[in-house]
Amino acid sequence: MKKDQMAIVEIKNLIKKFDKFIAVDDVSFEIGEGETVGLLGPNGAGKTTTIQMLLDLITPTSGSVKVFGKDISRHRTEILGQINFSSPYVALPGNLKVWENLSVFAGLYGVKNSKQKIDELANIFDIKELLPKMTSNLSTGQMTRLNLAKAMLNDPKLLVLDEPTSSLDPDIADRYRKLLKKIQKEKMLTILYTSHNMLEIEEICDRVIFLNKGKITDNGTPEEIIKKYGRKDLNDVFLAIARET
Amino acid sequence: MKWHRIKALLVRHLYLYQRSVPRLMDVFFWPTMTLLLWGFVSEYLQQSNFSGSVNIVAVLMGAIIFWEILSEGQHSLSVAFLEDIWERNLLNIFVTPLKLSEFLASTALLGVIRVFLVSVVMAIIAIFAYSFNLFSLGFYIIPFAFNLIFFGWILGLIITAVILRFGTSAQVLAFGIMFLVQPFTAVFYPVSILPKYIQYISYALPSTYVFEALRAVVNTGHFLTSYFFISLGLNLIYLALSLWFFYAMFARIKKNGMITKMDS
Repeated sequence: MKKDQMAIVEIKNLIKKFDKFIAVDDVSFEIGEGETVGLLGPNGAGKTTTIQMLLDLITPTSGSVKVFGKDISRHRTEILGQINFSSPYVALPGNLKVWENLSVFAGLYGVKNSKQKIDELANIFDIKELLPKMTSNLSTGQMTRLNLAKAMLNDPKLLVLDEPTSSLDPDIADRYRKLLKKIQKEKMLTILYTSHNMLEIEEICDRVIFLNKGKITDNGTPEEIIKKYGRKDLNDVFLAIARET
Repeated sequence: MKWHRIKALLVRHLYLYQRSVPRLMDVFFWPTMTLLLWGFVSEYLQQSNFSGSVNIVAVLMGAIIFWEILSEGQHSLSVAFLEDIWERNLLNIFVTPLKLSEFLASTALLGVIRVFLVSVVMAIIAIFAYSFNLFSLGFYIIPFAFNLIFFGWILGLIITAVILRFGTSAQVLAFGIMFLVQPFTAVFYPVSILPKYIQYISYALPSTYVFEALRAVVNTGHFLTSYFFISLGLNLIYLALSLWFFYAMFARIKKNGMITKMDS
C-alpha cells in the first residue's frame, strides 16, 4: 500500500483460535483504496477465516478489523452496506428466478431504482436473457456472472472475492478477469481476492499476502515476492512456501 | 430496523409461494384436510349424542382452527430459516447489512400472512361444511388468536436457535415440536382431564389459556378476560427468554465459525 493511499481495510494483530487450534495467528495488514490484493496460501492457511472475520461472520479471539476506518463489530450494518462478497461455494437460491434473486438482494442493500440497476448490471454482465430463468438452471459460467452482478448491486467500495474462477473453464475465467479489471478501473474498486490460480493472481493483483499456518509469510507485489524467492513465477513461490512446512 | 430489508426477505419467501405446490399445500390443503377430518368426527359425536349438552362441533372446530394458527406460527418461522440453509444462502444473507432483528421480523410477518390465509380458508370451509361460524363466538377471539401466533412464533424462535446450535440434525424439531406441545396444551379437552402433575406443565403454556377460554365461551358464552392477560404475560416472559437464547446461540456460532458451515 502506498503511503498517500487511504486504508480501506486495517487488520491488526488478528488472532482466531478454535479451542487449541490457532487458525489465524497475529495477522496484520492493510489494503489501500483502489488496490487489488490477493490473499494466498495453501489449504488451511487461514485465508477463509480471515475473510470471514473481515465480513463479521466469525468473531475474532483478539485483534481488530477496521473497514473504512471503523470497527466491523461496532459498525457492522454501515460497513456491510458498502462491501459485497462473491464465492462459487455460496449459492444464490436456486428456487428463485434470476431477477427475483437480484431484486431480493437489491432490497437487502437498499438499492434505489433497483429495476434500473438490475437492468444496467444485466447488460454489463451479459445476463439479460437469463433474468426470467430459474437460478438452478444456470450453467457454472452463468452463475458466476450472476454472482458478480449480485456483488455489484450496491456499488461496493470493497469487493471480497473468494476463489471466484475456481469452477470456470480457462476461456470464461479469462473473460471474468477482464470484466473484473474493467470494473475495478472504472469504479476505483478495492478488491480482496483469493485464488489458487497463481497466474490469475499475477494478472490482476497489485499486491499479494501469503498466509501459511495462520501467519503472514510475505506481503508485497508479485514481482517483489518472485524476486525474493528467486523463482520464475508465483506458482513456484507458492509451491516453495507450501512445501517448506 | 429498516423496512426495505425486512420487505426484501419477506418477498423472497413470497416469490417461492407463487409456484411451489408443497408450500401452497401447507397453507391450503393440509389445514383443509385436518378440518374435514375433525369436522366429521365432531358431527359423528354430535349425532351419536356422546357429547351431551356440549356443542361438540363448535368446541372441536374452534380448537382445530386455533391449533392450526399456533402450528403455522411456529412452522413458518422455523422453516423460513431452514429454507436459507437448504438453499445454501445463509452466508449471502449474513454478509448483507441485514440485522438479526430484521431477519426475525420478516419471518414473523411471514407467519402472520400464513396464519391469516390458513384461518380464512378454514373459517370459510367450517361455515359451508359444518355451519360453524368462528366469529359467532365474538370478535374477542381475535386477540386470543394473536396470543397463539405469538406463542407459535416463540416456539419457532427456540427451534431456530436449537438448529443454530446443533445444526441441521436438529431440523426434525421444526416439524415435530408441535406434537410434543399438543398433549399438554389441552387443545381438544379441558386441563382438568389431565393428571395433576401434567396440569402444572399445561398451565405454564400460554396456549393452554387460549384453548380453555375458547371452550368457556362455547359452553357459557363468557370470555375469560383474565386468561387473555395470563397468556399474554407468559408470552412476554417467554419471548424475552427465547430472544436471549436465540441471540446467545447466534453469538456462539459466530465464535465457533459455524455459520459458514451450516449450509455446506
